[in-house]
Amino acid sequence: MTATAKDQILGFVRERYPQAEIDASQDIFALGFVNSLFAMELVMFVEKTFGLTIPNEELRIDNFRTAESMAALVAKLSADLAAA
Amino acid sequence: MTLIDPAPAATAPPGTGRVTDRRSARAFVDAHVVPYADDYDRAGRVPEDLIQQVSAAGLWAPFLPPEAGGIGMDMVTLGEVHEEVGRGCSSLRSLLTVHTMLAWTVQRWGTPEQRERWTPSLASGDVLGAFCLSEPGAGSDTSGITTTATETGSGWVINGVKKWTTGGQRADLFLVFARTAASIGAFLVPRDAPGVSVEPIDDMLGTRASMLAQITFEDVALGRDALLGPSGFTAGMVLTGTLDLGRYSVAAGSVGIIQACLEASAAYAAHRTVGGTPLRDLPLIQAKLSDMVTDARAARLLLAEAGRLKDAGDSATLMATWIAKYFASTAAVRHAAEAVQIHGANGCSPDFPVARLYRDAKVMEIIEGSNEIQRITIAGQAEREKTTCP
Repeated sequence: MTATAKDQILGFVRERYPQAEIDASQDIFALGFVNSLFAMELVMFVEKTFGLTIPNEELRIDNFRTAESMAALVAKLSADLAAA
Repeated sequence: MTLIDPAPAATAPPGTGRVTDRRSARAFVDAHVVPYADDYDRAGRVPEDLIQQVSAAGLWAPFLPPEAGGIGMDMVTLGEVHEEVGRGCSSLRSLLTVHTMLAWTVQRWGTPEQRERWTPSLASGDVLGAFCLSEPGAGSDTSGITTTATETGSGWVINGVKKWTTGGQRADLFLVFARTAASIGAFLVPRDAPGVSVEPIDDMLGTRASMLAQITFEDVALGRDALLGPSGFTAGMVLTGTLDLGRYSVAAGSVGIIQACLEASAAYAAHRTVGGTPLRDLPLIQAKLSDMVTDARAARLLLAEAGRLKDAGDSATLMATWIAKYFASTAAVRHAAEAVQIHGANGCSPDFPVARLYRDAKVMEIIEGSNEIQRITIAGQAEREKTTCP
């Protein structure tokens, strides 16, 4: 699940920035890719793809720095959803 | 989706009941708006009785869920409804736009307490909302915002001046974007909060009845619950999402302007003769009418696609909405100019609606992101643009 989520998220980021070489552990903020438009697209992509709603308190920069951290957030929220 | 006649004449008596779709929106607009839109324009305001009729029709925020007082209207239908309102009166559509932006933002980003406090009144129209972003020195350039929100021990203090606030003369609740220590935050500010002052802006080029105002916030003290949505890096998303919906509504209104230009021009060309020949039989007039028909359909399809993507929660809706707004607003300006041309001197007079449409159309190229900003953003799509394979 987590590996798939990581690949899907990385694929979305690469599709958005085809000229860039990005791997799953790279900080996309440090690379300068994130503006408010892309942040919104990213959150919408994660919510739609994985059937989640990301609560306001989870919209923290550390959860979105890398494809790996976003995949970890997906795993956490999916587990919370399953337990609810 | 029907392209030729999106909503044939309603069979129910016009103006009765609530607006739930394009058909009922068309009936409402034809009964309550179209006959009086030029009067609103001349008076420089939408009358209070129309505002009450809009409330009775459930038009302010029908997309809110039933538990919040809406009917859960989908975004495709909302676009169709705003198109119909825009066909009748861009000033009223502008009031709907900014109210929609505020109500949606509360629903999307608000805490359960914020939603419970505000959404029922926003749905009913008991509280009217307005959107405060532009300032005397910053319009589409949001990085130039100077209004500040300073965190205190008990909440926030807002200082600054917002300009060109649509509906500001009448609104009860302002959605104010202000600079915080971390980012740009969204704040809910009641009109009656101490330190808020409203100065009307009249005599604009277009949407003259949209009751613009300059709003000054002087040491406006608010509680912690004034902040809407997340803080930190994602705070900018609130603005992005709010503007996206505003852009969608303006795109819809622009389609309505094109449709209104088409209907006015077709009717005029059918009756007006030149040398015994109806205008509609002249090839140069036919060329103008054919372009109106074509662009009305194309703009409507772009709008519907943006709405479909919104309903699907697809992030592609953001770019689709930019494109729909850019296409529809530029087409509205083009066709409003041609509508005046078809009407000749009559088109420059107060006796026909096309002069108002011409002035209103120009505004669409500027609000919710100028067309220059739109083109820069759309150009960023160039490298990614691919045709979809089934």
